[in-house]
Amino acid sequence: MASNSSGSSSDRQRIAQQRLRIIAGHLQRPEDGDSAVLSAECKGQVSKTDEEKTVPKRRQEIMKWNGWGYSDTKFLFNKKGQAEFTGKRYRLSGMIIPGLKDWMEGTFGANLQHKSPATPVLTSSAVQPPTINEAFVEEVKSTGIPFSHDAEDRVFRAHGHCLHEVFALREGKIGRVPDMVIWPNCHNDVVKIVELACKHNVCLMPFGGGTSVSSALECPPEETRSIVSLDTSQMNRILWIDEKNLTAHVEAGIVGQDLERLLNESGYCTGHEPDSMEFSSLGGWVATRASGMKKNIYGNIEDLVIHIKMVTPQGVIEKSCQGPRMSTGPDIHHFILGSEGTLGVVTEVTMKIRPMPEYQKYGSVVFPNFEQGVACLREVAKQRCAPASIRLMDNEQFKFGHALKPQVSSIFTSFLDGLKKLYITKFKGFDQDRLCVATLLFEGNREKVLQHEKQVYDIAAKFGGLAAGEDNGQRGYMLTFVIAYLRDLGMDYYVIGESFETSVPWDRVLDICRNVKARITRECKDRGVQFPPLSTCRVTQTYDAGACVYFYFAFNYRGLSEPVHVYEQVEHAAREEILANGGSLSHHHGVGKLRKEWMRDTVSSVGMGMLKSVKDYVDPQNIFGNRNLL
Amino acid sequence: MTHTTHNFSPQYMESVKGDLVNEEEFVDILEERRNSSDLGHAFRTFSPHPYKGAPSCSTADLNKAVLESQYLRYMAKEIATEMGSSVEEVREEATGILEEMSQNLQLGFIRLMGYTVSKMSKRLFSSINVNMEGLNRLQQAIQEHPVILMPNHRSYADFLVISYILFTYDIPVPVIAAGSRKYLFGPTQQMNVVNTDLNENISGTHCPYFSLYFSSCHCKALAGMKMVGEILRRSGAFFIRRAIGSDKLYWAVLSEYVKTIVRTGFAPVEFYVEGLRSRTLKSLTPKLGMMHMVLEPYFKGEVFDVTLVPISISYDRVLEESLLAHELLGVPKPKESTTGLLKATKVLQEDYGSMHVNFGRPLSVRHLCQGKINRCQYNLIPRDLPQKPTAEAQACVSWLAHLVVRIQEEGSLISPWSLMACLFLQAPTTVLTEEGLLWQQLTEKTLWLRKLALDFGARLNWPEKIPDLDVMASSVALHRSIVQRKAGRVYLVREEEPAGKRPISAEEGAFRTAAAVLMMASYRNQCLHLFVRPAMVATAIHIAKTTQRDKIFPFFFFLQDLFANEFIFIPGKSSQDFEEACFFLKKCAAIDVSQQEVTVSDAGQEVLSFLRALLKPFIDTYQVVFRYLCEDGVHSFSEKQSLPAVRNLATKLILSGELYTYEALSSDTQKNVLSALRRLEIVTKSRVSEQNEFRVNKDAVRRIGDMLSGKIPPQPLHGPPGTRL
Repeated sequence: MASNSSGSSSDRQRIAQQRLRIIAGHLQRPEDGDSAVLSAECKGQVSKTDEEKTVPKRRQEIMKWNGWGYSDTKFLFNKKGQAEFTGKRYRLSGMIIPGLKDWMEGTFGANLQHKSPATPVLTSSAVQPPTINEAFVEEVKSTGIPFSHDAEDRVFRAHGHCLHEVFALREGKIGRVPDMVIWPNCHNDVVKIVELACKHNVCLMPFGGGTSVSSALECPPEETRSIVSLDTSQMNRILWIDEKNLTAHVEAGIVGQDLERLLNESGYCTGHEPDSMEFSSLGGWVATRASGMKKNIYGNIEDLVIHIKMVTPQGVIEKSCQGPRMSTGPDIHHFILGSEGTLGVVTEVTMKIRPMPEYQKYGSVVFPNFEQGVACLREVAKQRCAPASIRLMDNEQFKFGHALKPQVSSIFTSFLDGLKKLYITKFKGFDQDRLCVATLLFEGNREKVLQHEKQVYDIAAKFGGLAAGEDNGQRGYMLTFVIAYLRDLGMDYYVIGESFETSVPWDRVLDICRNVKARITRECKDRGVQFPPLSTCRVTQTYDAGACVYFYFAFNYRGLSEPVHVYEQVEHAAREEILANGGSLSHHHGVGKLRKEWMRDTVSSVGMGMLKSVKDYVDPQNIFGNRNLL
Repeated sequence: MTHTTHNFSPQYMESVKGDLVNEEEFVDILEERRNSSDLGHAFRTFSPHPYKGAPSCSTADLNKAVLESQYLRYMAKEIATEMGSSVEEVREEATGILEEMSQNLQLGFIRLMGYTVSKMSKRLFSSINVNMEGLNRLQQAIQEHPVILMPNHRSYADFLVISYILFTYDIPVPVIAAGSRKYLFGPTQQMNVVNTDLNENISGTHCPYFSLYFSSCHCKALAGMKMVGEILRRSGAFFIRRAIGSDKLYWAVLSEYVKTIVRTGFAPVEFYVEGLRSRTLKSLTPKLGMMHMVLEPYFKGEVFDVTLVPISISYDRVLEESLLAHELLGVPKPKESTTGLLKATKVLQEDYGSMHVNFGRPLSVRHLCQGKINRCQYNLIPRDLPQKPTAEAQACVSWLAHLVVRIQEEGSLISPWSLMACLFLQAPTTVLTEEGLLWQQLTEKTLWLRKLALDFGARLNWPEKIPDLDVMASSVALHRSIVQRKAGRVYLVREEEPAGKRPISAEEGAFRTAAAVLMMASYRNQCLHLFVRPAMVATAIHIAKTTQRDKIFPFFFFLQDLFANEFIFIPGKSSQDFEEACFFLKKCAAIDVSQQEVTVSDAGQEVLSFLRALLKPFIDTYQVVFRYLCEDGVHSFSEKQSLPAVRNLATKLILSGELYTYEALSSDTQKNVLSALRRLEIVTKSRVSEQNEFRVNKDAVRRIGDMLSGKIPPQPLHGPPGTRL
């Protein structure tokens, strides 16, 4: 994923060295099974390790309060009217993107003169004063676990990144927010907090990376108890690495980029790279059944976890051993995976690790049309030779990716680009408005990668695919992490959008892509959206029996009095269309509160009953009252 | 109706924006043809905007896709197992079927067709009027989603004229499901078993378009006429065998073929939802087999949407009018033996007035099916797996099919002649044949009826710039084959006596009169859809003898249920139909409607008695059939036996003066009665064999007869679910 390769190389080295120093410190610490000692120690470490964490307690120090990602990183149009990506963190940082302006104007009918700026600062007066459960607070104080009633802290944990959530923040509208934020430092802290919450009947909402796109972090407006956001971000250590079995025991609050970086320092990786991995946490992955882009090699989160520890109102749930597979009734991990914070807090996870790959290679293939591209992916899946990642973008996304090309430094490069285009469109007869591109990522030892690469390109050739270079491939993956920043830019110019996903059997992939895109376009038109929306998709994962499809949808909302309402109606209709076309409710985003209404149809009434009875047993007081899922 | 004098050329058409053209504005497409070369027209550049959803594919590709489809694989395996043959053999047979069936659109043949139709049409018709706005909308729709053209079927000329119009206006010409009886009759639909047994006789005689060019052809089936068949095939027609209800493989190939055309957007598909050409000029109960085929790609998510375009074709005078009447009587037309060429020449010498083709508003299946079909039902099994449609899907298909037929009805233009025919038939038959009807009386009443029709929202084809009397006089002149006007009176024309000069029997005389009456009745039927709902309210008020709304509605409901095979009612819409009928009657001041009461005004008597009289021939015919079924000798019967027996009974009753309407001799109505009773499960199949035997529940028939005559109050008629209103 891009964040690995982000930043200039010198930056990377500097950070890596710093990490290495600190990690060495961790590893020298005697590993003690006695949790009480560990607990005592973990508190002592707070000040020591604070500086090296990506995510500080005060998120506002590095992150935007009303948009995606780091405060120092954003798209903007400079004085010359050219798009620019600020900061230093990413490969694209500091670069001019000449094609973006035309693309935005052409695609959305947006205009640089028509701005819709966000409210610049969060005014504390807009935040409701907290409902405080005095007795609970008193007892928490006595444990020494840090907490806060600060308005900013609370607002930061009251939302994920659904469009309606971010849009409201930009307008300075703050709804129900947690009344208190608490930062446990280790498993035992969590045990204490959950005990106290049960004792005082306080509502707990676990908070990991805050990247939810399912309204999972929205405080239920009907909740009258004091709501406490349990922020796991400070539980972010790798507690041990088992090189004999290739596993690592990790605290669940660690975010993806830290986990990979720290493991890399020891020569390992998990290979779990969801698009949100810069900010999303291990506990969040477990709670939502996350999926990573390289799952073809490493597996999805459910394949990666060996052992999970979760604190529930009934106590701690965990397995007694680390056997790689068990036949001991229904797998209790599957009550935890996807429970979306309704049953307890995941505190520690043992997961598989792998030696870092020796060699990585990007690649791309251009197909004359989307149909051929899908046929190729299907064949690759059939032959079970999918590379670490294989993604197929439709024509609109291909053009989008093209618009994000940074300014080329030499005339020669642009000349080469021109030649390539000429070759594909004129010589090969590809229609510019139909062609689409697959991006590839190969991993392994060099020899095998090259062999694998040939196999995949040979299959592609059978479906009319032409190899289109590493550059195009890499840029394709870059798109996934800048897209969220781009949404913020769009919102500055009356453009709102969102992505959503599904999984679907192979024979329905083309139908679902066409129908959902057409449905979005039609719904927008019917609801008075003045310009045709951007309605695009890509196939992002392949499985034996189907694929994961990702949709992007965005439109210019000028002239609409209630843009978010329109947006929500369109998204709702799109989801109905997905379900009517045999797609799943979600492949990896989860249900949250956004997709709850379809749960019963999805899992049947008996299925709902099963889930409810588990909830009733584990959490009869509804302490974990975020009301997701059920 | 105003005929525009604009001479729209196709090129000009494109620049005309939708809102500039009045929806009502029809353009005579023959006018241009009369002023310029037909050859030039046939050889003009034809470059329609096709469906933009998918790249176009060739006929060969299409056939290959059909044969290689997963669905046909499943079916071939299944059939091979059943028949004990090898899969290869079955697949080979499927290839043969597809070859026989498939169309082969070729521009050259479309041009030849265009040239021929230009020549013929100018001789037969004074004008062919087309609504340009409808064509504009169609052109747009064809680019967006797969389009299904759904014309009503009144003449063999229908589909030629439609292809001709589309060719003329640069719109992709459709592939057409052409064929004869039973061709739209799927194994999934059992409703109209009784209704499908007529011998659809397609010889050169009835089809002047073909016979003039291929006069020696004298084949029974359309596809059998090799040359004609080939021309039609290459103009986009595909042929469907008769009696395929039982042939599983044929059905499978056909359905996959149609679905593939829809899925790929290969070309617009055209078919007759009524299944057959209507012999009575009254809409027929839609057949659901083909309808299901074209809708399924939407149900299963294989296309985003399917667009249905109802097309209403109205003829001032139908080419086949006399043939139709004879078919209805179940007797061969006298002197049928003359060569097709001679007859065709005779047809070509006649004037058939004008023809109107009204392209209806494109209907989005997606929009219409909202809440009517849960597409998730296809999620758990492979979509290619052969499966019986669910009750939900069947109900939805049936509803849509009925809706389309209703739209066809509402889109058709009602001629002055049709209104006159209504009035004409209300006079006693002896008056029509012997004394003659006073011309003045007829014209005055016709003008009265015109106003009523307009009140009911009719689309009239009544020229405005010509004096009313001239309009009516020319209508009568156009129909001199049925009526004759002399000395201020109008007479019904019966066919010339056979050459033998032997004295004709009373029965033969009755048949001759009946042939003329049935011809007249079919023109009346052209406007029946306009009056049938108010007529049912009028009848309900009269028979129920009450002003109470909650007593009148059940009777109305009973009539709709009983006559559901006779007239088109959209399933589940009875209450709205009733409200609408009351609204119209109130609008023309015939009744007063309050929450509880429906009262007839003094002025309303004339309207109501006219409307009752309109329905009476049908009620009488139904009673005659009921009477036959209740006769002592009848226990179980086959259709072959029952029709002549009913005919004999009706003839006897007419000759004895007990029955007034000659329409009781129409085999079409008789069959509809049996279909209705089958639907209501009062007549049931007793033996499954070559010859279907039916058993009748006489008590139930008597009860319905008594309800219909008002002796007992109406009870709900229980039919099988799905087919009920």
